[in-house]
Amino acid sequence: MSSPEVLPDSEAKRWKYLNNVRTRPGAFVDPEEFDGSTVVENMNKIKILVIGAGGLGCEILKNLALSGFKDISVIDMDTIDISNLNRQFLFRHADVGKFKAEVAAKFVERRVKGVKITPYNCKIQDFDEDFYQQFQIVVCGLDSIEARRWINATLVNMASCENPDSMKPLIDGGTEGFKGQARVILPTMGSCIECQLDMHAPRAAVPLCTLASIPRQPEHCIEWAHVIAWDKEKPFPQLDKDDPEHITWLYQKALERAKEFNISGVTYSLTQGVVKNIIPAIAATNSVIAAACCNEALKIASSCAPFLGTPGEGEPNYMMYSGNDSIYTYTFKHEQKEDCPVCGMTARVLKVNPKWTLEELIESFATLPEAQLKKPSVRAEGKTLYMQLPPNLEEQTRPNLEKTLEQLGLTEGTELAVTDPAFVGVVFNFSLKFA
Amino acid sequence: MTEIVMDQTPPILQGPSDKERKYDRQLRLWAASGQAALESANILLVNSGAGTVGVETLKNLILPGIGRFVIHDNALVDEADLGVNFFLDDSCYGKPRAQCLASLLGELNPEVDGDWSPKTKQNDSLGSLLKQSPLFTAIMYTYPINHVELETLEQYSKEHKTPLIAIHSTGFYSYFTIRLPGTFPIVDTHPDETATTDLRLLSPWPELVEFANTMTKDIDSLDNFEHGHLPYVAILLHYLDKWKATHNGTYPSTYKEKTEFRQLVRDAARTDNPEGGEENFDEAAAAVLKTVAPFSLPSGLKEVFEYEHKDPIQERSTFWIIADAVKAFYTKHGSLPLPGNVPDMKAQSKVYVQLQNIYKAKARKDAAEVLQTARAIAGTGREVDPAEVDLFCKNAAFVKLINVEGGGDTAPLGSKERLQQVLRQEMANDQVAEMTLQPMSLFPIYLALRGLAHCGNASSDKTQIVEAVTSLLSDNLSSEEYGDLNEKLGNVAEDLARAEYGELHNISALTGGMVAQEMIKIITKQYIPIDNTCVFDGIRSRTQVFHV
Repeated sequence: MSSPEVLPDSEAKRWKYLNNVRTRPGAFVDPEEFDGSTVVENMNKIKILVIGAGGLGCEILKNLALSGFKDISVIDMDTIDISNLNRQFLFRHADVGKFKAEVAAKFVERRVKGVKITPYNCKIQDFDEDFYQQFQIVVCGLDSIEARRWINATLVNMASCENPDSMKPLIDGGTEGFKGQARVILPTMGSCIECQLDMHAPRAAVPLCTLASIPRQPEHCIEWAHVIAWDKEKPFPQLDKDDPEHITWLYQKALERAKEFNISGVTYSLTQGVVKNIIPAIAATNSVIAAACCNEALKIASSCAPFLGTPGEGEPNYMMYSGNDSIYTYTFKHEQKEDCPVCGMTARVLKVNPKWTLEELIESFATLPEAQLKKPSVRAEGKTLYMQLPPNLEEQTRPNLEKTLEQLGLTEGTELAVTDPAFVGVVFNFSLKFA
Repeated sequence: MTEIVMDQTPPILQGPSDKERKYDRQLRLWAASGQAALESANILLVNSGAGTVGVETLKNLILPGIGRFVIHDNALVDEADLGVNFFLDDSCYGKPRAQCLASLLGELNPEVDGDWSPKTKQNDSLGSLLKQSPLFTAIMYTYPINHVELETLEQYSKEHKTPLIAIHSTGFYSYFTIRLPGTFPIVDTHPDETATTDLRLLSPWPELVEFANTMTKDIDSLDNFEHGHLPYVAILLHYLDKWKATHNGTYPSTYKEKTEFRQLVRDAARTDNPEGGEENFDEAAAAVLKTVAPFSLPSGLKEVFEYEHKDPIQERSTFWIIADAVKAFYTKHGSLPLPGNVPDMKAQSKVYVQLQNIYKAKARKDAAEVLQTARAIAGTGREVDPAEVDLFCKNAAFVKLINVEGGGDTAPLGSKERLQQVLRQEMANDQVAEMTLQPMSLFPIYLALRGLAHCGNASSDKTQIVEAVTSLLSDNLSSEEYGDLNEKLGNVAEDLARAEYGELHNISALTGGMVAQEMIKIITKQYIPIDNTCVFDGIRSRTQVFHV
């Protein structure tokens, strides 16, 4: 399909509604920040990055293209699955198996004239700071907390007060069922995703002994099949959670176990939900949250209205949305934390029992709402206590795991430096407090 | 007990169907029953103006699979449409907008039927569409709509009891209003799981008492394993008995007594074991404040019980027949039918399943009683579905009425007096907002959008919008009780004026998401819809709901 040149005249007509608002002062603009005559030209030059081309990502790409952004990039490593089609509206049945970023980019480019969308079918961790440096704004539509924390840490590390261009606003959306949130992070100038981590506490894990000997719920039977039976029987070399044959195996195992204990409620759908940790998702909620994010992107890029995250006393940076019971939003300021491991200056106080072994301490990092580190390596004031990698160092430090904190000579106020392979370059500092 | 296990449907070992896989993420929210309701829905959108907000709503309804949609739109696609509406492209230029939208929206889900109107130029094309179409489940219209079409829709809505949804999105602001045909009851409200625990610890029935007694009769001589695996229900029932014995037969009722009781439970945990404590006793202590509480009738259900009907019982839905039966149950027993679910708690598998069955059996017995009463009320010739009774009994504490008219001193919905009432209340709240740490009311935004619709003119300026609001309210806006309304309204009107009745895609997409959520709730009769107007402020990123 040939795309005819867009004439300036028709361009003005086409973007009439948008330009009326973004190029003219409203009642709430800051006259020092806003210059309507340069908005279009400036926005044409902005490079904006979208992370995720899933439920939120599809909406975000559409919204940005229709908000006057001309140079958009999108990263997503995933391919299209049939269960995406109830909400990821840029994909059709025939696209199943193709890369999300590529299909989404092509679709929006074709539909909205004059917008360029560059897809990257890979992980965000495949790029370094030089890559992220080229963008002015980053919008995230992810379902993984880990990826959010990674991009947040990367952008915060890049920010330097001497260079205003290094400050990349990070706009982040998330949904679950009828609920969601949209937030704006101005790296180092306000609360970051790590500061807000405790708002997304992980679900408490079921104790292993419950799974092994006293299951009571259908979920316990499924977890047993997933964690214990699979490892014991290894029906396939590697568990692929997207392979129906593998899920069916787990389902049957769980069902047998449930029968043994007279537990009802194990279904294929529940098995899949537990094993893949499926979060319910619908188009309507994605529509709300993605648009809330892109509305902030437009306001940040044009200054045509105040945006979430505006620095200043009491200025909100977070919108929580709930549609289960009527509609309720709570828009508030989440305060930056002085002891935030990513953007703060001081070590975070960690309450521990001196009788704990180092292994217990390390396990506690996974469930601690404000840490959520699955493979932590720990140093204490220059001394290496435990390293996950490389293998020889792991072996050397392994004996420490059995020792108690007291035996290791840790005292009140000892500072721990914790690292995790999921967050390369970030050191989480904790200060011990005995309880 | 084995009976329950036998009840289970035989497992289907093949995986889910293609359709179940496609809809997997939403079936987890509204289940097959909700999906069936969606798939039989027939939705009309009467589109106008910049034409995006209604289309974004439809997108979010077509994707999850409504049965059918129709777009009525008199406009031809112009250049400005292509800068705001995603479901139009360059090839649409100059063609009927309804046709192009129906075609590009239709691509989203091959299982949904789509149609458009008007296909020929004629007078009263909307009227003839309504006459020819299968009955609509709900109708949405967007502003600016002309008076004739609006009257046609209102007439249809009244005649067929069709929900009517008005949507208005201009610049950074939007609102939508849902007009439901009469009182709208919801049973399947999906409360938070933690709220649904109902263990009846203060009014245990004989089977539960016997269970707890058997479990705890030698509590001190149980070995550590057994003691550490007593389900907390048994622990609490045991220590409640002990408490009663030393408190003149009364249960702990004040906060102070409950914390004392909690300490009693805590102190009963064994600490001389390797763990230095017992998880089940921790669970028991943690459950005290929530589960040791006397029954009180929830406000939603109270409203149902006290509802004054205008129509005779034969014309009411089965909801009301079951509600009457539940009310009879409540009058007789002083409690509601037992929901029957037991939260997870530390216990041996066998014991937990036994406890579950005790609750399930009681729930089934209660539901059977309600069913019998309901059938008696319904009389011959009318079926009462046992599944509907079960659902009602399970959710009785969370049943909710929406769109209840009247109530003493409130002006009728949709009236000028109602607007004045709400405005006075909102402005009074604003005066103390700083003290109560509440955000400012969004009611001025609603009024300004109503005013703008009243002007019906793309080039309306700030003054015209404010004047239109004044005439809408037929009241003096500068009166003392409205505080600084004039200034607030002026600011909103100024921001609206720059949009010249144009939509911002983001605001329309966001509003379309909210409206779609509400439509889904109304169609599936699950979750709780707004009652009845929601305003969005895109400058502050906030919503507020009003009953106007």
